[in-house]
Amino acid sequence: MVRNCREVKVREVRFLGAWDEPSDFVELTLESPGWAGYQPGQFAMLRPKHWGLELTWGRPFSISRADEDSLTFFFQVVGRGTARLARLLPGDEVIVWGPLGNGFSSPVETPTLLLAGGMGIAPFRGYIEKHPTPEFLRLVFAHRASIDSYPYQLLSDKVRAEAIQEKSADELPMIIERIEREVAGAAGGIVLACGPLPFLKTIQASAKVHHVKAELSLERSMACGVGACLGCVCKDGHDKHVQVCARGPVFLADDVHL
Amino acid sequence: MDTRVEFAGLVLKNPIITASGTFGFGLEFMNFGDLTRLGGIVVKGLSLKPREGNPMPRIVETPCGMLNAIGIQNPGVEAFARDKLPLLPWRETAIIANLYACSAEEFGDLAGVLAGEEGVAALEVNVSCPNVQSGGAAFGQDPTQIRKVTEGVKKRAGGKPVIVKLSPNVTDVALCARAAQEGGADAVSLINTLLGMAVDIRSRKPRLANVVGGLSGPAIKPVALRCVHQVCRAVSIPVIGIGGIVSAEDALEFILVGASAVQVGTANFLRPDQAFRIVDDLPRAMLKARCTELGELRGGLSLP
Repeated sequence: MVRNCREVKVREVRFLGAWDEPSDFVELTLESPGWAGYQPGQFAMLRPKHWGLELTWGRPFSISRADEDSLTFFFQVVGRGTARLARLLPGDEVIVWGPLGNGFSSPVETPTLLLAGGMGIAPFRGYIEKHPTPEFLRLVFAHRASIDSYPYQLLSDKVRAEAIQEKSADELPMIIERIEREVAGAAGGIVLACGPLPFLKTIQASAKVHHVKAELSLERSMACGVGACLGCVCKDGHDKHVQVCARGPVFLADDVHL
Repeated sequence: MDTRVEFAGLVLKNPIITASGTFGFGLEFMNFGDLTRLGGIVVKGLSLKPREGNPMPRIVETPCGMLNAIGIQNPGVEAFARDKLPLLPWRETAIIANLYACSAEEFGDLAGVLAGEEGVAALEVNVSCPNVQSGGAAFGQDPTQIRKVTEGVKKRAGGKPVIVKLSPNVTDVALCARAAQEGGADAVSLINTLLGMAVDIRSRKPRLANVVGGLSGPAIKPVALRCVHQVCRAVSIPVIGIGGIVSAEDALEFILVGASAVQVGTANFLRPDQAFRIVDDLPRAMLKARCTELGELRGGLSLP
């Protein structure tokens, strides 16, 4: 797939919800950088043109959706970079390089369980939109903030979906148990997961026990996004360091150490 | 506008070289620009045997820069020569191999392997990587060791130019440069990263698994300029300026204090086409500096 680096304008910055810590949920829509296409699960690096030199790196985000016209990301304000991205205005120019990494597989007519934890819902919007046989998809969404902080409704209108909210820390064991049951029930199909590290660990362990094929999308801080700096590595199934940006971000659950 | 530079037996179409560790093997950037437009590419540090590098986390963003402690993760010199070098446009752009080793013998052996590679234009010796405790730091901080390693590499380099990359983490960088010159270096490049550290008050842990790491980026440019200035006055061999260069103007600043060429490192992370943009922008910056060829500017700093 051809990747490139382009300067595009911001179309819209929408606040979906507020949260104490980390902070706000933001949907950022840019003009299309004119990509030939992308595979859901791939990501892009963003850097507003006016950033200057104080922030050194671009910021990596999973592509939430893309069409000929626009490119949308969904992120949460967690630090200096995301705080400044959330303050972008329509018309501001952003440097975008991508699409980067590999993406989820999309087997047709295969029962596919999408497990999203919090912000991990981002790539599944485009995944569902682009899937040739969406009737085979089912989404289970575990989250903490109120449901309208996430683009959940856009997904649940299209596929069978269920959201489980963790209202307090006491509920976590119940949610873990539920996720484990979901993975166990997915044998014969495939599980695709994106979410926080403990969430992915639960899915990985469960997939192993129940011999379920699973793909996990990892999150990392990145400097280059293109496989050069070796700052985002994880260990693969052979205990070798591999770049999450170039060899992932999506890994087979039995070929990655979390 | 003539952007060509010639030094240490190298002829480059412009003085913009990408720095080791920030540009992979060059191939990672083929989608973002034409590699043949660059003056040169210094590839990721190579060791005799493959290295897994340091544990994570390995990088931290800092104001106007970053810390890294990658630990020279690389597939080894043979895999480089077999899998990467043939894919690089080495006939059009100088491909410089960066050597990393833990003993003078190993440095010599590495040079021996690369001496026979037609696609390698020069060798850059990393005596200054601060990340691997048992490694380069000891060499780079001792002028006697720098001389010894340089002699060893030069002997086995098969006539290829040898560039010694110097660390700023020393009392007197000019002394180190002179040691490299005495050892037979064809050029020196500087500066490598400055040793730094970042901590997290919440977890009460260092932000790098290696605890300390190398600081790079625009934050270190004044230190780099000072070092290049001092070294240019101390040695007669050519000097390659490195440290925080993000623009064509920055590159010209290093040439003004006496550098023959420059390396662009952390700027490659600002955006993946930044090195190519600096090349494109160089003629405009030269016009601003009122020079039509770089020799008119080089070492022309007017001191009080």
